[in-house]
Amino acid sequence: MDSTSPEPSLYTVKAVFILDNDGNRLLSKYYDPELYPSMKEQKTFERNVFNKTHKADNEIAFLEGMTIVYKSSIDLFFYVVGSAQENELMLMSVLNCLFDSLSHILRKNVERRCLLENMEGVFLVVDEIIDGGVILESDPQQVLQKVNYRADENPLTEQSVAQVLQSAKEQIKWSILK
Amino acid sequence: MIKKFDKKDEESGSGSNPFQHLEKSAVLQEARIFNETPINPRRCLHILTKIIYLLNQGEHFGTTEATEAFFAMTRLFQSNDQTLRRMCYLTIKEMANISEDVIIVTSSLTKDMTGKEDVYRGPAIRALCRITDTTMLQAIERYMKQAIVDKVPSVSSSALVSSLHMVKMSYDVVKRWVNEAQEAASSDNIMVQYHALGLLYHLRKNDRLAVTKMLNKFTKSGLKSPFAYCMLIRIASKLLDETEGGHDSPLFDFIESCLRNKNEMVVYEAASAIVHMPNCTARELAPAVSVLQLFCSSPKAALRYAAVRTLNKVAMKHPSAVTACNLDLENLITDSNRSIATLAITTLLKTGSESSVDRLMKQISSFVSEISDEFKVVVVQAISALCQKYPRKHSVMMNFLSNMLRDDGGFEYKRAIVDCIISIIEENPESKETGLAHLCEFIEDCEHTVLATKILHLLGKEGPRTPQPSKYIRFIFNRVVLESEAVRAAAVSALAKFGAQNDDLLPSVLVLLQRCMMDSDDEVRDRATFYMNVLQQKQKALNAAYIFNGLSVSIPGLEKSLHQYTLEPSEKPFDMKTVPLATAPITEQKTEIAPVATSKLPEKLAPSRQDIYQEQLAAIPEFQGLGPLFKSSEPVQLTEAETEYVVRCIKHTFAGHMVFQFDCTNTLNDQLLQKVVVQMEPSEAYEVVHCVPAPSLPYSQPGSCYTLIRLPDDDPTAVSCTFSCTMKYLVRDCDPNTGEPDDDGYDDEYVLEDLEVTVADHIQKVLKPNFGAAWEEVGDEFEKEETFALASVRTLDEAVGNIINFLGMQPCERSDKVPENKNSHVLFLAGVFRGGHDVLVRARLALADGVTMQVTVRSGDENVVDVILASVG
Repeated sequence: MDSTSPEPSLYTVKAVFILDNDGNRLLSKYYDPELYPSMKEQKTFERNVFNKTHKADNEIAFLEGMTIVYKSSIDLFFYVVGSAQENELMLMSVLNCLFDSLSHILRKNVERRCLLENMEGVFLVVDEIIDGGVILESDPQQVLQKVNYRADENPLTEQSVAQVLQSAKEQIKWSILK
Repeated sequence: MIKKFDKKDEESGSGSNPFQHLEKSAVLQEARIFNETPINPRRCLHILTKIIYLLNQGEHFGTTEATEAFFAMTRLFQSNDQTLRRMCYLTIKEMANISEDVIIVTSSLTKDMTGKEDVYRGPAIRALCRITDTTMLQAIERYMKQAIVDKVPSVSSSALVSSLHMVKMSYDVVKRWVNEAQEAASSDNIMVQYHALGLLYHLRKNDRLAVTKMLNKFTKSGLKSPFAYCMLIRIASKLLDETEGGHDSPLFDFIESCLRNKNEMVVYEAASAIVHMPNCTARELAPAVSVLQLFCSSPKAALRYAAVRTLNKVAMKHPSAVTACNLDLENLITDSNRSIATLAITTLLKTGSESSVDRLMKQISSFVSEISDEFKVVVVQAISALCQKYPRKHSVMMNFLSNMLRDDGGFEYKRAIVDCIISIIEENPESKETGLAHLCEFIEDCEHTVLATKILHLLGKEGPRTPQPSKYIRFIFNRVVLESEAVRAAAVSALAKFGAQNDDLLPSVLVLLQRCMMDSDDEVRDRATFYMNVLQQKQKALNAAYIFNGLSVSIPGLEKSLHQYTLEPSEKPFDMKTVPLATAPITEQKTEIAPVATSKLPEKLAPSRQDIYQEQLAAIPEFQGLGPLFKSSEPVQLTEAETEYVVRCIKHTFAGHMVFQFDCTNTLNDQLLQKVVVQMEPSEAYEVVHCVPAPSLPYSQPGSCYTLIRLPDDDPTAVSCTFSCTMKYLVRDCDPNTGEPDDDGYDDEYVLEDLEVTVADHIQKVLKPNFGAAWEEVGDEFEKEETFALASVRTLDEAVGNIINFLGMQPCERSDKVPENKNSHVLFLAGVFRGGHDVLVRARLALADGVTMQVTVRSGDENVVDVILASVG
C-alpha cells in the first residue's frame, strides 16, 4: 500500500531506460530483481510506458504502481523509475543528472545516432550515476570528471557535406514532428 | 582519441542503428582479437561495447561462450587505455552471473583499487565487490576498510555502496566496518555522507537504541547533503511510528524544522513524512500543507505532481485541512499533465462543497479518456466516496459512471466502477433501478467473467424486489445463450430467484429453466434441474432454504467433514449441522483513495482464522472428541499493556464445551517461565475439566496454554458466567544476555483480570441475504415477543450498535444502518445458536424519551428463544 511511509533505504531507483522514438530499447537497467525479472516483462513494461508518455511531454507519470519521471530530446526518451512511495524530486535529480551528463559528452547532440555512436560513454555515465539502484552521484560535473569521456569532435574534413546535411535534416524533421 | 565503428556501420546511412544487425556469434568471433599483441584499444573497446549492448538487449549467452569471452577480456588489463579499462569493469559486472570463474580478475581489480590512478579505484571496487562471495570477502576486508575512509570521495562512496550491497550476503563481516562508516559519515563530501548514513542505518536498524543515538547525533550536527536529509527524515518518522512517540518529541521537531530547509527535495520529504504520520492533528498538518500549497504553483511538473498527490492523501483524512488550497488546486485542473489534473480534481471532490460537484464532474469527463487506468480508478474511488457524502448527487454520478463503463478499460478499472455502482445501489434505494439498468447494459458486452457473475448475482438478489422484475429476465437469459459456463451457471441461479419470488413470473421462468437443462455444461444443467424441481414444489420454506439463502458453512470445513465421512462408512446420513459455520464475512475495508500500487499477488483463498484454530486445537490430544469448533471469539486482553506478562484470551465454543486459549508473553528478559497454566474459578455451574500447560515461556516468545470447561447440560439457559483467572507458573531466573536459566526455580502466581462468557459466545453470525424468506422458513412455532425500555440510550444508532454487540448476531438487509431523521427502525438479526439451531431476531425500535424496543425471536428450538429473551432482559 502506498499509505505507508517509505522504508529508509538508499535503494531509490528501480530502473532506468533510454528508448528511441519507436519505443525500442537502446539501454536499460533494472535494479530490483523482483521487478520484471524476465526480459519479456521488462520490454512489455517499457512498451506500456512508452505508449503512455511519448505523445505528451509531461515529465512525470504513474503506471503499474511505479512513479516514472521522463524527458525527451529529439528522437530519444529517457526514463527513471521509482516506487510509488519514492520522493519524486530524488528521481528527478537522477534524470536531470543523466540528461545533463549525456548532453555534455555528446556535445549537445542528444539524438539517437550520436548516442549510439558513443554507446560506451553512455554505459559509463549510467554506471557512475546509479549503482545497483543507489544514487551514486547526482552532480553532472562530478560524473563527467569521473567518466572522463568525450565524443569525437568530427572535423569537417572527415565528415562529408552530405552527411552534415543529412544529420541536419534529421534534426529538423524531429523537431517539426514533435 | 577513441575512434568509432567500422566503416560499414557508418555507411549504412544516418538514423540507422550501428548495432542493429549484430549477431552474437559474429561478435564473439571478433572478440578473438583481444588476444592479439599489441592490443588495439579502439577496436577492442568497440567489441566490448557490442557485447554489453547485446547483453542489454536481452541476448542470451551460454556459459561456455561467455566464459571464453570473459577470459579473453582479462588480457585487456594489459592496456592502459582509460576508457577500455572502464569498459572492462562494466563487462565484469555484466558477466558476473553468466560466466564461470570470474574471480580470476580479483588480483587485477585489487591492484587497481589500491593503485595510484584515482579514476580506476572507485569503479574497480564496485566491480570487485560484484564478483566477491562470502569466502573471498575476508581476503579483501582490509582493503575495503581503507577504501571506506579514503579521502577521495569517489573511492569512499564506491566502497560504502558496495558494502551496502554485500550486507545481504554477509552481514557479519560488513558489520565490522561500522567504525569506518562512522568516520566517513563526517566527510565533507555530500554523497559520501549520504552513503555512509545509509550503510550505518542498514547495519543498525534492528537496534533501536543505536538508531536513536545516530539520529540525535546527525540532527544536532546538521548535514550538507539533501539526500542524507531525506534519509534522516525517513529514519526519524519510522522511529516515531515504532515508538509511538508523541508529536512533542524532538524527532518531530526535527522533521518540522526540515520544512524550512532550502532544498525543495528535503522540504517535500518532510511534508510527506508529516502527512503520512498517523493521528496528526489539523494544527500539526498545517505547516506541511502550506508548503505543499506553494509547490502547487511550481513550474516543475514533478513538484506539482508530488504536491497534489500528497494533498490528495491529506484530503482523505482531513479534508478541512486542505480547503485552504482549493484555489491553487482549481488552477491545476487544467494542467497539461493529466495525472496532475486528475489528482487535483479528485482532491477537490473531497474538499469542495456539494455545489461544485457538477462542475468538477463535467471538467473531468472532458479528459477521462486520456488518463491511465490507474488514475481512472482513483477517479472512480473519489466518486464512490462522494456518493456516500452527498447521496443526493447520485444521479449525476450514476450517469458519469455509466459513461465510464462504456469506455475501454482494463479489469481493475471496470471492477472499480461496478463496485462503485453496487455500493450506490445499496446506499440509495432510489437509484436502484437506474443502477441495475446500467449494469444490465454492461453485461451485454462484458469480457470479464468475474464481473458478469457478480452482476448476475446482484440482479438475482435485487431484481425480483423491484416494481417490474420481468424486464431483467431478458438480460439474464441472454447470458444463458451467449456466455461461458461460469456465467451461464450464474444466470441460471439468478433466474431461479426471480421464479421463487414472483409467482406470476414462475411459469415463464420454468420454461426458461427447462431450456437450460439442455445445456452442454454439467454445472449449468445440474443447477437448472435442481432449481426446476425446487420451484415446482411451490413451497415457500423450500425456496427460502435452497434458493435465497444458500449454505452458510465454511467451505474448507465442509470439505474436511465430507472427507472424514467417506473415510468412516456408516448408516447415518451426513449431518450438515456438524460442519463448522463460515465466520461472518467481515465487511471489506474500503481501499484508500489514492493511486494504489496494484498488488500483483494472486488472491489466494486464505483459510479463515477459525479454520486455523480448528487445526491447532485438533492437534491437542485432550481436545479430541469435542466435535467441530463452533465459534472463536476475538482476543480479550487480560492484562494491562505494559505489564511483566501479557496475556490475552480467545474463547473457543464447542457443542458442549468451551476451550479458553491463553496467549501469554513473558516480557522480562531475566526470567524463564515453565509449566504455565491459568486457573479459572467459575461463578456458575461451569466445570473445569482440564488444563493444558504451556511447557516453557522464554523471554518475548509467545506461548499458549489452554483450559477446558464443560458447559452445564442440565440448564441450557445458563449461558453467561464470570471466571476469575490466575496464572500459575514456575519461575527460573536467567541471565538476560545469554538466556541461560538457573538450575532451581520457585512457584509464583499472577492475578489476571476476570473473564466473562456472554450469550454472544454461543451464537455464530450468519448472513441471510433474504431475511423475509428465512423468517418464514423458521416459522412461528417457537416465537416469543417481549418489550423492553432502554432508558440509558439516547439515539437509535447507539441502540442498534448495542444490540448487535450484545447478541453477537449478523445484521441482515443492511438494517444496521439507521436512516437519518427517523424515530423508528426495524433491525433484523440472524445467527446460529450452539448446537446448530437457527435464531432470528426482529427488533422494532422506537425513539421517544430513551428507546423502546420490541423484540421478536424465532428459532427451531424453544430453549434458544428463552435464552435470548432472558439475556436481553
